[in-house]
Amino acid sequence: MIRFLIKGILRDKTRSVLPVLVVSLGVMLTVFLSGWVTGVFGDVIDMNARFNTGHVKIMTRAYANDREQKPNDLALLGTSELISQLKEDYPEMQWVKRIYFGGLLDVPDEKGETRAQGPASGQAVDLLSPGSGEAERMNITQSLVSGKIPQRRGQALISHEFAERFDVKPGDPVTVFASTMYGSMAFKNFTVSGTLRFGNAMLDRGAVIVDIRDARQALNMEDAAGEVLGFFEQGKYPPEKALEVKTSFNKKYSNEEDEFSPMMLTLGDQEGLDEMLAYSESVVGIVIFVFVFAMSLVLWNTGLLGGLRRYGEFGVRLALGEEKPHIYKTLIYEAFIIGLIGSVLGTAIGVGLSFYLQEHGIDFGSMTDNMGMMLPSKFRAVVTPQLFYIGFIPGLFAMVLGNALSGIGIYRRQTARLFKELEV
Amino acid sequence: MNVLSVLLYSMFMAWPAQQPDANEILERVDQNMSSRNRIVESTMIIHGRRASRTITSRTYSVGETKSFTEYLSPAREQGTKMLKLEDQLWIYSPDTDRTIQISGHMLRQSVMGSDLSYEDMMDDRKLQEIYDAKVTGEENFKGRRCYRLQLEAKVEDASYQSQQLWVDAERFIPLKQQMYAKGGKLLKQVILSKVEKVQDRWFPMKMVYKDMLKEGDGTEFNVTSIRFNQDIPEYIFTKAALRK
Repeated sequence: MIRFLIKGILRDKTRSVLPVLVVSLGVMLTVFLSGWVTGVFGDVIDMNARFNTGHVKIMTRAYANDREQKPNDLALLGTSELISQLKEDYPEMQWVKRIYFGGLLDVPDEKGETRAQGPASGQAVDLLSPGSGEAERMNITQSLVSGKIPQRRGQALISHEFAERFDVKPGDPVTVFASTMYGSMAFKNFTVSGTLRFGNAMLDRGAVIVDIRDARQALNMEDAAGEVLGFFEQGKYPPEKALEVKTSFNKKYSNEEDEFSPMMLTLGDQEGLDEMLAYSESVVGIVIFVFVFAMSLVLWNTGLLGGLRRYGEFGVRLALGEEKPHIYKTLIYEAFIIGLIGSVLGTAIGVGLSFYLQEHGIDFGSMTDNMGMMLPSKFRAVVTPQLFYIGFIPGLFAMVLGNALSGIGIYRRQTARLFKELEV
Repeated sequence: MNVLSVLLYSMFMAWPAQQPDANEILERVDQNMSSRNRIVESTMIIHGRRASRTITSRTYSVGETKSFTEYLSPAREQGTKMLKLEDQLWIYSPDTDRTIQISGHMLRQSVMGSDLSYEDMMDDRKLQEIYDAKVTGEENFKGRRCYRLQLEAKVEDASYQSQQLWVDAERFIPLKQQMYAKGGKLLKQVILSKVEKVQDRWFPMKMVYKDMLKEGDGTEFNVTSIRFNQDIPEYIFTKAALRK
């Protein structure tokens, strides 16, 4: 019977072309939007984790209250001891120290006086310790436009935008002027080892990346760090595990009475990322629901029109003695086959489109320039195993549901009316 | 007219006659606080949330346009120098042997983690040049009779849109100063005390600055020595002097 139905579908194009197109389109949109939403939200969360929030972050309670301002005067002290304790308590995680600082990046002339300068947004990370993983984590190698990653102390990476604007090249000297953790003036000469572009407006604006040892010396922060970030080894943020670690850490180390005691926040606690995580999960569900609903309406309508067109055929089949339930059953089988063809086509196109946007992305840099949240300037989709089946269920369900609704008309078919039609 | 009415009438009429005009008060304040030039040695105690720090410095200044500050201690700050000429500011750091010009948003940053910004330090103009003043009343402040003045900026580049001053009615020294933003928010407060006679003028030897937008106990600025109208060599106010 299946072969008979397939023959019918292939030979009678009017029976199959429109439903296949509708299902393909719906499935393609479901698959593509799912890949796009997962990709964009995943990138945003991953970027925030790598550059800013970690999977968990430790700060002093006072620092945490004003963390948008990165107040280094409230930084964590005794970080070596804290980190060795953390390694003991949570061996499955990796811990890194970060210092963020603001100030001026000054380019000297031959007399050592200011030739050019601009605001600097500094990040101090462990670039020189073997196995720190910070350069990879922050995607520094891929973001280098010229020069190389600092190989020794006294070298800095600066934003390519700044370097171009002020004609600074790798090998040139620059001076960072900032404040020490005690508020004094901090000056530090660096040699530019390379220039980089992260592709994120917030990071690229006046970015200066130096090794944490240099920053500690310049900012009078020996064994101190603004923040200690923790990353789970599998790379992806696990909300439940992070919450467990946070609860146990805060219970053991944090003291509400002491504003300089350490406290831990999860990625979700920071920058509204919890809401974003929840939103990203619900968006995929909403997209699927909307398309199933919309496709069902269209396919119901298509089925009704098809049913009207095939009244004669159903009439003949009834006259030949075929049972109404059997006709209805073949209609459903037919719908299933059409849904399957449409779903395969739609999934193939949706995955293809997602793959293209995973590789190339769409540049929204100019639109995200002034946004507070850390957003990638290029938004990309992601091809996940889920995409290969996520469209099938709505594609098949919508087609079968549409035909099941329209096929109810078969049961209302009157044999008396049929004979009248046949006379005509 | 009974005796009480006469008394009240005469008091009412007499009050404005005793009270000097706001501009006259400001002029006398400027006479005390401004000078042709001066050499000041001071200690600045900065009360942070974690600890307090003491910084000593020597400042040479001429009128409102030139000043040169050398930080003397602690060791980390020693040898750091600042030069202000008109509206430009340079800082020299001996560690890096660099002279950096401070401009833009950095001028609004705190100096050495204190409650003073570079802008505060640079704006040495006489109050009369920047503000229109009116007397809003009399008040006792720390046991001294004071005129309370309301100042409104009359120039575009004033660091603060308005100020309230409590001026000692006898010695014409501000004892309290509150600085406000355009929207009326209190930004800074200065309490001036230890008023001493120095070379025929009154001068506050202690000033406590409080940035009202910051936590902490403020910054104490103690003048340890002040000399007015000295012979200051002109080369001090050059960029070359920063490296010496």
